[in-house]
Amino acid sequence: MAEMLKRGSPAGAGRGPGIPEDVPVLAVDGLVVEHRNRTTGEVFRAVDGVCLRIGAGESAAVVGESGSGKTTLAMAATGLGPRSGGEIELLGHSLDAIGRRRLRELRREVQIVFQDPHGSLDSRQSVRSGLRELRGLQRERTAWIDDAGLLERVRLSPDLLDRYPHQLSGGQAQRVCIARALLMRPRLIVADEPTSGLDVSVQADVLELLREVRESTGAAMLMISHDLAVVRAVCDTAHVMRHGRVVESGPCETVFTSPADDYTRELLAAMPGGRWRARR
Amino acid sequence: MSRLELDSRTSKGEAPKAPKARKPRRARTSVFWLAMPLLVIAALVFVLPVTGLLPEEGQDLTRTRQPPAFLSGGTWEHPLGTDKRGQDVLTELVTSGRLTIMIGLVGALVAIGPGVLIGLLAGYFRGWVDKVISILIDAQLALPFILIALAIISNRGSSLPVLFLVLALTGWAACARVTRATTLAVRERQFILGLRAVGASEARIVFRHVLPNLAGTIVALGTLQVGTAILVESALSFLGLGVVPPKASWGSMLASGQDELSQAWWIAFFPGLAITVLVLLVNLLGDALLTHHDPRKRRR
Repeated sequence: MAEMLKRGSPAGAGRGPGIPEDVPVLAVDGLVVEHRNRTTGEVFRAVDGVCLRIGAGESAAVVGESGSGKTTLAMAATGLGPRSGGEIELLGHSLDAIGRRRLRELRREVQIVFQDPHGSLDSRQSVRSGLRELRGLQRERTAWIDDAGLLERVRLSPDLLDRYPHQLSGGQAQRVCIARALLMRPRLIVADEPTSGLDVSVQADVLELLREVRESTGAAMLMISHDLAVVRAVCDTAHVMRHGRVVESGPCETVFTSPADDYTRELLAAMPGGRWRARR
Repeated sequence: MSRLELDSRTSKGEAPKAPKARKPRRARTSVFWLAMPLLVIAALVFVLPVTGLLPEEGQDLTRTRQPPAFLSGGTWEHPLGTDKRGQDVLTELVTSGRLTIMIGLVGALVAIGPGVLIGLLAGYFRGWVDKVISILIDAQLALPFILIALAIISNRGSSLPVLFLVLALTGWAACARVTRATTLAVRERQFILGLRAVGASEARIVFRHVLPNLAGTIVALGTLQVGTAILVESALSFLGLGVVPPKASWGSMLASGQDELSQAWWIAFFPGLAITVLVLLVNLLGDALLTHHDPRKRRR
């Protein structure tokens, strides 16, 4: 058990049908993120020594209650958020060792899908001009598909290209966000509560889309969620977080059917009766 | 307001049908009804002198302090009366209105430009840049503008460039403060993080994404600043520090009519009324624009 905690995902965890590669897409070692309260000077550890390893094409989930440090972990792990200590390697490059410029390039290998789909689109940009901007940033990388084809991939009508974010429904906006992530052909997709901001009726569709995207592109995925049903539908491995620490990790099935940690059991018991069992 | 909320709710529903966004009707009409009279005033001030309908310019000492046409003793030759040098008040009002409006517009621009830029930098980059700028803003706002104006004008003499310098110095801080606050809100939106994730440069994020999202605020700020600039100019001219003869603005007309108030109130009254109406309209328009600015695009 202790060994498992240290190494993050255990050996032999489900490997998606991606490019087989030895270098993990993301390797987090002893990550610490601290927030200092400016008035009292108190230090709060949001993330406390987390280790995590995601291989190519793998799909891992971080679950836990609100405030357990899931999102902070994801932001820090991708180099977008603050980090107080620990090592992070993206595709074998240590974030400490590479310069700003290289970091910016490396970040393109990692795309994020946020919780609030409207908030993650610039409200002054139509879908088309947003995509045009992305293409301008990375010409070769994004040349593989045209706008209409891209929207079709996420099952949206090309008619939506000229809409502005506020003219899209939540589900449509989230699909646009996924399309934007997809366009960059990332090696890792970080999905931060991708369905929490959506109606229940579209949640399943978006999850299905995420799974399909992962399977067709071979991208690895790091899913942040408090919803165990969501995690179980999409991910191979699960890491349960509490108070900034990973209390249990392992293959989804194992974690959810025979939880080893008390907290995981509590979490499972708190789920509305058997909802996650019904799926899949 | 409830109408607007309802409107935005439906547009976020499952399948919004309207291909183009409809502007909230109430907000647009209020902006329209405030902008119209302003356009009329501007048109009057710029077009009337060309038509030749106005009484002639120039002094006429045989007919000083004539009352307006609607008072006994007044004639339609001089609809708003004449001043102590026999100049027609209406003609002067119209010709000096041009300068007043010009000062208002340029004065707003010179305050808005640096103010917005400084506020944007402070709000986006935070850290020591923000600290230094915030202290400067507080210091600037603590200084009475009359003191600054006196210091500069007594040093440089009064001329239009000096007036604009004073307007820029007194106006930038308020603009910077509002811009900074709005920038703070915009930079926390998730799409900024998303842009970093695709490797967009900071300059691109600031000028292509943050700035456009501030556009509504800036337009409203600019409108309010036009009113402020006109008021500041009037105050300065009233004190003899602003526009000096032979040039005239509404403020300087007010000043020259001041000592005649008991005998010929109309000399000071009409420019005063003009300033009040113009600034009131401009400020109401600014407020309307501020509330009109994307109530539906900004979520919560």
